[in-house]
Amino acid sequence: MSATKLKSVDVVVVGSGVVGSIMSMELANAGLSVVCLERGKSFDMDTDFQKPNVYDELKFDRQSDIFQNLARDTITFRNHGGETALPMREMGAFKPGEMVGGTAAHWGGNARRFLPHDFEMRSRIEQRYGKSFIPADCNLQDWGVTYDEIEPYYDQFEQIFGVGGKAGNLNGEIQEGGNPHEGARSREYPNPPTRRTYQGKLFADAVRSLGHVPFQGPTAAMTQDYRNLYRVPMLQCASGGFCSSHVCPQGAKANPLTSVFPALMRQPTFEIRPLCNVLRVNTDSTGKKATGVTYIDARGNEIEQPASIVVLGAYCFSNVRLLLLSGIGTPYDPRTGKGVVGRNYSYQQGGSVEVFFDDREFNPFIGGGQVNTSIDEFNGDVIDRGPLGFIGGAYMNTATRGAAPIKGKPVPHGTPRWGAEWKKAVAHYYRRTMTIHMHASCMSYQHNYLDIDPTYKDAYGLPLLRMTFDWNENDLRMMKYMTERCTEIGRVLNGSGLGAKGKGTHFGITAYQSTHNVGGAVMGNDPSTSVVNKYLQSWDVPNLFVVGGSAFPQNPANGPTETIGMLACWAADAIKETYVQSPGLMG
Amino acid sequence: MSDNPAGASYIYLVEPEVRFLEAAVEHLIPTDELGVGARDAGVVVYIDRQLAGTWGVHGRAYRGGPWRDGTPQQGYQSRFTPQEVYRIAIREINQHCKAEFGRPFAQLAQAAQLRLLEQLEKDQIALPSLSSKFFFDMLWRNTEEGFFADPIHGGNRDKAGWKLLGFPGLPSGQYRDLIDSAEPYHAEPVSVLDVQTGKVPVDAEGFPKHVIIKRDRTY
Repeated sequence: MSATKLKSVDVVVVGSGVVGSIMSMELANAGLSVVCLERGKSFDMDTDFQKPNVYDELKFDRQSDIFQNLARDTITFRNHGGETALPMREMGAFKPGEMVGGTAAHWGGNARRFLPHDFEMRSRIEQRYGKSFIPADCNLQDWGVTYDEIEPYYDQFEQIFGVGGKAGNLNGEIQEGGNPHEGARSREYPNPPTRRTYQGKLFADAVRSLGHVPFQGPTAAMTQDYRNLYRVPMLQCASGGFCSSHVCPQGAKANPLTSVFPALMRQPTFEIRPLCNVLRVNTDSTGKKATGVTYIDARGNEIEQPASIVVLGAYCFSNVRLLLLSGIGTPYDPRTGKGVVGRNYSYQQGGSVEVFFDDREFNPFIGGGQVNTSIDEFNGDVIDRGPLGFIGGAYMNTATRGAAPIKGKPVPHGTPRWGAEWKKAVAHYYRRTMTIHMHASCMSYQHNYLDIDPTYKDAYGLPLLRMTFDWNENDLRMMKYMTERCTEIGRVLNGSGLGAKGKGTHFGITAYQSTHNVGGAVMGNDPSTSVVNKYLQSWDVPNLFVVGGSAFPQNPANGPTETIGMLACWAADAIKETYVQSPGLMG
Repeated sequence: MSDNPAGASYIYLVEPEVRFLEAAVEHLIPTDELGVGARDAGVVVYIDRQLAGTWGVHGRAYRGGPWRDGTPQQGYQSRFTPQEVYRIAIREINQHCKAEFGRPFAQLAQAAQLRLLEQLEKDQIALPSLSSKFFFDMLWRNTEEGFFADPIHGGNRDKAGWKLLGFPGLPSGQYRDLIDSAEPYHAEPVSVLDVQTGKVPVDAEGFPKHVIIKRDRTY
């Protein structure tokens, strides 16, 4: 069957999440014609995510149709190259989205910038500790940009997503009440910080006694009614929980549907096409120029959409898979270390320490995605890792996210898994537990990568993406140290018991952890170790931009979404200010 | 027939399966001085609805072969859908019970039932078609879901699971003023079902009106 060829547009954008929506908005606003292709359905905030049905933990946390339909397309997974990768048949460790609005439609609202150190991790670690400090199998890399270069784009993203917080560093001046370890901000957050919960106050007192500086973690749930950079109004968060995995019925959690699409749909040169599954990026006979994309539309027709610029702005897995299926860039070979597409895949470490009380009761169901009190003393290069012998770091916090009853019932170690004793324990501790979370970095290693699965296919007959991934000894050592620090805080809190939870020695795909899959099409200044340059532009095909979590060379501690949004602003700016004037490799 | 006070009906499950599940889930979350257990909270109805729906046929799960056992890290690798897992496992466990004890699971003494569940969990019963631990883990997962999910799904009847925890269900519009309060907040739980059926009124924003209750929990 030959594809129907449509009229050419200036830009075709694949994916409609944080990256797709913001880049579409910025490029359409600059007068370019933009077509955005989204594999998922279109949802309407006014009908699809309304009270009371949105408060259905089972549906939205476990079985929702806002997540990727694995019946059509999934990944295969193995811990190491000696195993046979098998398909992820049920949703588990992570939940990529499949809808107009993307994965970020159901994110938790954790809107942290990375630290300046994070963008120059290899240089700074080599400088401070020497080359040999970095594990031999660790593909640690700089990003090709510095924090100072991209700071205005963090600011821009925060104005779009209405981030609430208190600056800790305004133009180099340390500010009371904020995070003193953050990179310098050019101005204050657009919205005020969250109010401190009872648990937050206990945490703040405890960490202060240990010499740390508590601050309210930034949030993308509106801390007041807010009109964003695109003049879109959003309502104040009602602290009702049901945040991560859900789409907020208040429209209080910034996401592409609430913060970008209302303005984007008014752009005369923009068109969204839902239920369109992109099969490949097309290139001309030289292989150096993208001519557009080919996709299957909602009716099953094969369509070719020509474009002058192609933006892959999909989820990490989809960006990498589309490059591999399109034959763009050299696939990574872990045996030789050569090739770049699929190289430097990483994830997110983390864990928690639970503090059980017999004499205190909390309201764990009152809260929002990121109502939290945090410390940053163990993040990035704030901590001296010389004597500790690992690279990476973590932030810690206590958060009240709205403890949902199916999954939010911690019990002390030694409690039976079911039966009368378990029932007593959940009844007693559901409201008497305070959790200290660790959100930690995950480095990239030679043996962790993405490639094409040799066996399993998707509904279109195309091979699935294969993930080969396990925790590395360095990251486990880091987590052991962080867990000890958290336990220290837990001891100060003086509960009746403590319980530490981690991710185990081997990564497993079953239990939900986070949807922070990154890398595989990383940015950098060296084409032999990166897929895209510092402007997210393909080294091989300069009119192709690959933007998203896929560009992270490794994953710092802070959670990826804010940086993904920042990269979308940064890449869009480079395209409209530089690329369209003189198309070609920028730099 | 099993005791059926709430007039439960079943779409997928057949009578011997209902009897098996009512006996089994009551061990997993028993009725005690804290309140009703899984059986009386309607967990078997919940399981039935789940099996009859999208999840039961793995409608959004990857179903393509080849099938291999895989490592524990690789997760669900059975060729069976959840519907098939329940049907096959319950039949084979009952066959095991009849061969060993002369009667199906639901007719065994409580202590024997409990021991058998523990053996299933430890994968100590060799079923012909699937791992007994695999079935047990699915049953426990669904039991916990059914006991704590919104009653709209058929379980958590009378919000028994939420009352056990002190979870007020759907948030009140007052929460934004209580976010930094140290005062324990206790209210009659409100479910999606309550709002849909008009049992609980909502305010202009659609938040249910909570009825504050005095703490009556002494444990």
